[in-house]
Amino acid sequence: MPRVVVDVMLKPEILDPQGQAVANALPRLGVTDVSSVRIGRRIEIEFAGQPDLDRAREIADKLLANPVIEDFSITVVDAADAQESHP
Amino acid sequence: MTARIGVVTFPGSLDDRDAARAVRIAGAEAVSLWHDDADLHGVDAVVLPGGFSYGDYLRCGAIARFAPVMETIAAGARDGLPVLGICNGFQILCEAHLLPGALTRNQHLHFRNRDQWLRVESAGTAWTNAFQSGQEVLVPVKNGEGCYVADERTLDELEATGRVVARYLRGNPNGSQRDIAGITNEAGNVVGLMPHPEHAVEALTGPSLDGLGFFTSILKHLAGAPA
Repeated sequence: MPRVVVDVMLKPEILDPQGQAVANALPRLGVTDVSSVRIGRRIEIEFAGQPDLDRAREIADKLLANPVIEDFSITVVDAADAQESHP
Repeated sequence: MTARIGVVTFPGSLDDRDAARAVRIAGAEAVSLWHDDADLHGVDAVVLPGGFSYGDYLRCGAIARFAPVMETIAAGARDGLPVLGICNGFQILCEAHLLPGALTRNQHLHFRNRDQWLRVESAGTAWTNAFQSGQEVLVPVKNGEGCYVADERTLDELEATGRVVARYLRGNPNGSQRDIAGITNEAGNVVGLMPHPEHAVEALTGPSLDGLGFFTSILKHLAGAPA
């Protein structure tokens, strides 16, 4: 069943303290070549029938993301593909 | 006639009883409202208390805004019903688009819990008319996601129109832009406040009695309002 993936990220101009905390921890792992980390949220939606992108966009705009502080993007992935990308 | 002030309980509200107590100490009747009941039971004003609401997993207040009681409150607020959102209540008011901007994770990522000095910037709202503009008050603050953000244009407009209700003094506990602790809508009937005035209404439990002013303000406002 195809599913709709909504990726929600804080807008670039909004400080992401979680990402910053992670970035600050990386040198302790010996990682010194990462200049920025930002943390978002991935939400997967499955429609009962065919995925309805307009509806997904509406859901994302009204509930999943807060457009005041966040951007979102929408993609359709096939469940089988999704599986492959996470072997 | 005694004013009737509704206090909404969401699953996870912590400060609903404190808010109701503050309402009673101020001299009004506190009416318990339930998030799942759209009926406001004839109240003259509403307090959305602090704590948590369901759906804070997504963003604080994001799902609570769709609670049946919130639909009625939002409609009422647009018609002038006075609404005070404290902490989680402030977050819900922003998510419901009754107030501009948003509240994000504290910049330092720590939960902050302390007594906080504020300057009441605007005494022109339904919830602050018992204060003088510029008055300094001491009330507790306790939040993990209390950092107020909005775009520059919105912030400038809030400042220019006197809609910054309160500002943090002597230290900003969460990184809020321009030290904003509370704002109001254009009409001045909806106020969102991150600190907790309901915890500063009795000498035994609060750092001051300064919080009471927010609750006596609404009584003054209702007494002056045309019936």
